[in-house]
Amino acid sequence: MSATAAPAPETDSPTIVTGTSSRGTRALAFIIAVGVPTLLAFAFFISPEDDVQRDAVRLLYIHVPIAIMTYVAFSLTAFGGIMFLYKGSRWWDTTAYAAGEIGVVLCGLTLITGSIWGRPTWGTWWEWSDVRLVTSLMLFLVFVGYLAFRRIPGDPTVRARRAAVLGLIGAMQIPIVRFSVEWWENNTLHQSSSVLYGKLENMTLFTWFLGQIVVGAIFLYLLIHRFRVAWMEEEIETHGLVGALEERRAEALVGVEQAVGGTVEGRISAVKDV
Amino acid sequence: MLRDALLVAAKDLRVEWRSRVLINQVAPFTLLIVVLFGFALDADTATLRDTAPGLFWVAVMLVAVLAVQRGAAIEAADDTQQRMLLSDLDPAAVFLGKAAGLFVQLLVLEVMLTAAVVVLFDVSVGEPLLMVASSVVATIAIASAGTLYGVLAVGLGVRETLLPILLLPVLAPVLISATRTFGDAFDRVDADGWAWLGLLGTFAVIYVMIGMLAYGVLLEES
Repeated sequence: MSATAAPAPETDSPTIVTGTSSRGTRALAFIIAVGVPTLLAFAFFISPEDDVQRDAVRLLYIHVPIAIMTYVAFSLTAFGGIMFLYKGSRWWDTTAYAAGEIGVVLCGLTLITGSIWGRPTWGTWWEWSDVRLVTSLMLFLVFVGYLAFRRIPGDPTVRARRAAVLGLIGAMQIPIVRFSVEWWENNTLHQSSSVLYGKLENMTLFTWFLGQIVVGAIFLYLLIHRFRVAWMEEEIETHGLVGALEERRAEALVGVEQAVGGTVEGRISAVKDV
Repeated sequence: MLRDALLVAAKDLRVEWRSRVLINQVAPFTLLIVVLFGFALDADTATLRDTAPGLFWVAVMLVAVLAVQRGAAIEAADDTQQRMLLSDLDPAAVFLGKAAGLFVQLLVLEVMLTAAVVVLFDVSVGEPLLMVASSVVATIAIASAGTLYGVLAVGLGVRETLLPILLLPVLAPVLISATRTFGDAFDRVDADGWAWLGLLGTFAVIYVMIGMLAYGVLLEES
């Protein structure tokens, strides 16, 4: 991801890509570099501790933004899939793939940070009766399957079509699983949305908002880079095959020439003369 | 469309009937799962009776994966899928037909599984009607999702390992609801089985709809 990546190997590709960074991503990186320490300072030192949750509340400044970005990422995967089916453009398919992969990482982080937060707050690492925990785990597994599918080599168009359907069903699982699990135990340890009900104090609200911006910037940064890497991967896959085929043909031609003596063109003209 | 669907279903069931894979291999495997659950739970009848609804549906899910894989293998062989495209049948009808074929196969296995659970786990069925209704509805949902994911995996070298991780998470809501209805039918849990049956019905409708819409897209270029 460095700015001065090694030059790309020569291919027939009309655009030679030399790295995955650009002015935009460098600006984002700067925002992240400043934002993360600021967020940590606000989360750990400046914001007050919670009356009930004590210091454990500080983890939520990361946990909640990551969880929100997980939903954004998976929704983008589904949307990208729909757009691919609609327009047939590779750009949308690659966006869906990149968002899906980052979504899985974010979903995993949501589960881990949630679990760490749950231990002091609820007294347990995992609670089966909690709707959001079970839903998030199912979502994680569904999209791990999506990624596994995407890694299978094959015709890119067929793969993109199938992946689009898979991503769409995967995102549809969010309401479906949630619905069923909610009925399943009919309770949750999660608090209702604090932000929407205006329960947060100024400093807490600001820290959460800052966390949302920082995590959003990280998501965008990773998305752009992952998109470019995925794009180049597919370039290599496509052009690599073309190049290899040409090499084999050239080898075959040399083999024929050695066998018959002289160049193939010469032999053909000789046959024509006869 | 219904006629086309029936043709496809009849074709799939005829293939199954002639090869006898369901009866000779999958059915014994189903029984084996029940016996393994018995061993795993320390042959404690009280525990087995309490967990029977869940165990029943876990067994059905595992068997469904096998049945879907078998269907996908048949589709992949001899370019069956391309021929289906050439036949000019409506993709939605092909989907319905394949799902119906899978539905019948799974239902046969479930009947056998029910007998095994009743006898070996000493379960008494309090509400047979609820049990039958939820079996039918849940199996429609499983067969639809299975058929859709089956075609996703056709032609891939890694089908056997890929299918379970794609299909089982998607079937989780069905597992949850069906376990509840069976829990009520077996008088094991204090749940309103009929309300859960309504939820199962919703899933069945959703999966059938998605399947009918998406099957054409997947069939086209696979």
